[in-house]
Amino acid sequence: MQFSRATLSLLGAVAVCSSLVDCGSGGGSSTSVPPKNTQAIVVSGGPDNNYANGLFTTVTVCAPGSSNCQSVPNVLVDTGSYGLRLLASAVGSLSGALPQQTGSDGNPVFECAQFVDSVTWGPVKVADVVLANESAKSLPIELIGASDVPVPSGCKAIGPAEEDVTSLGANGILGIGLFIADCGDACAPASAANPGFYYGCMASSCSVVSEPLNMQVQNPVALFPVNNNGVVITLPSVSGSSPGIGGSMVLGIGTADNNGLASAAIFPPDKFGNLLTTFKGKQYAGFLDTGSNAYFFLDSKTTGIASCSSAAKGFYCPSSPVSLSATNSSSQNGSSSTVNFTIVSASQLFSNNNDFVFPSLGGPNPSTFDWGLPFFIGRKVFIAIEGRPTPGGSGPYWAY
Amino acid sequence: MWKCLSPAVFCTLRLTVSVVIFAVSSLPAFGALGGDVSSVSSDQAHLKASVRVLAGTSYSVHEMLTPSGTRVRQFASPAGIVFGISWQGFAPDLQQLLGEHFEEYVAAVSSQRGRRGRGVHIDTGDLVVETGGHMRFVVGRAWLRSKLPQGVGADAVQ
Repeated sequence: MQFSRATLSLLGAVAVCSSLVDCGSGGGSSTSVPPKNTQAIVVSGGPDNNYANGLFTTVTVCAPGSSNCQSVPNVLVDTGSYGLRLLASAVGSLSGALPQQTGSDGNPVFECAQFVDSVTWGPVKVADVVLANESAKSLPIELIGASDVPVPSGCKAIGPAEEDVTSLGANGILGIGLFIADCGDACAPASAANPGFYYGCMASSCSVVSEPLNMQVQNPVALFPVNNNGVVITLPSVSGSSPGIGGSMVLGIGTADNNGLASAAIFPPDKFGNLLTTFKGKQYAGFLDTGSNAYFFLDSKTTGIASCSSAAKGFYCPSSPVSLSATNSSSQNGSSSTVNFTIVSASQLFSNNNDFVFPSLGGPNPSTFDWGLPFFIGRKVFIAIEGRPTPGGSGPYWAY
Repeated sequence: MWKCLSPAVFCTLRLTVSVVIFAVSSLPAFGALGGDVSSVSSDQAHLKASVRVLAGTSYSVHEMLTPSGTRVRQFASPAGIVFGISWQGFAPDLQQLLGEHFEEYVAAVSSQRGRRGRGVHIDTGDLVVETGGHMRFVVGRAWLRSKLPQGVGADAVQ
């Protein structure tokens, strides 16, 4: 089936699931109702129908303690960040009903959220956030592009600000990775060196402030009343590129009959949030990230795979498909697992304009191994939150 | 202190590992990409990052660790020109590191949107920038093809 922007926005969660080949463990016949802890997710072209390997879901935000709510579709599901950020334009009139967070000095708090090559800028607001049937009450979130306060120079110095659907490729980013707070201790009051995620703003003059952990923009899953120790992301296997696939994000690990670890291998990360990936006899930092839209690893010189020319810059373009394997391991517990994967020329994959799911898409990434969205296709991956007990031990860890 | 006037004799041989404690939290005002590495010494006293110099055979590496844990390496040619920069940790102040090439970088990032969802791989002919990672662990490297010392490949910039 071909996804267009119109059909995507009209499809409800269950409809997306039943219209596709497989919905993972939560799916089934069109009459079944997903368990209460299951959030539908979909790999699609996103709001502008141009995103490759984008994992999206619909998030409901409400003014705290009220039934004044707005559903925001096409929010990127990202295990490589922490906390919810939404475009103010997608939240619409509800924006005005979400309280502004103020710092200890009484000034409104803004955030310069730092991603790999860009930032998002906007006020920190407080909202109730609903996924599946659970609500995180009074969660600090970032509302991108919600104010006339200009991006401070210190924030601009990191990279360009993504402030609309065109630059973000989504209506927002749902960070449900290993950690709770987005910046963590580095931005908290006791930190000796604040990397500058949070600003206090008077009129249009902003300066970096410290932000206590419980006030930072944070992973909504950690604030749910139950099933708050992590998530399980399941995407079906596919034989090749396709227009779209549906899957599930189950809340909790080992808390219900649909989120047990079974025999999954557990990989606790190091303090930076990385595991070890061994490729051709050398070890690299690695991580599992739904927010990366390809297998991003090393460089042409190391892999022997040609980079693409202009049409698909930033990806690999081997002259014929390349089969590879690498081994993930954890220095924390000695777990190890070999992953086999295939890289197909990106320019060849992108030649079909109707496809947005690419299980064989790869690209370079300096000195690291980024197991992006293609890794999650055909797998059930557990993401356990820091400090939270699970049947497999305390988070943080990945398991698959 | 690190000045190395003779291209034939490597300063790194004379510069054993040194650690300097600095006083502000922003990245040090050391030579930006394409700039002159000799500006480093005059600025060191104002910086808070620890710095050490690694010996190399055909270039020198100035490594800094900012207090928030970001590791920045600056690769300098025998002529004292910064031909490459790498970083790892929280996202660094790229305006500082890329210097006059920052605007070129911003323009290239903006034009690469759509297909690649995280990280960039930019090549403007002379300037090459590659980034990747996740929120608390950003990795990247940048180099200028025209400034690579003879016999040194871009893969030296790691």
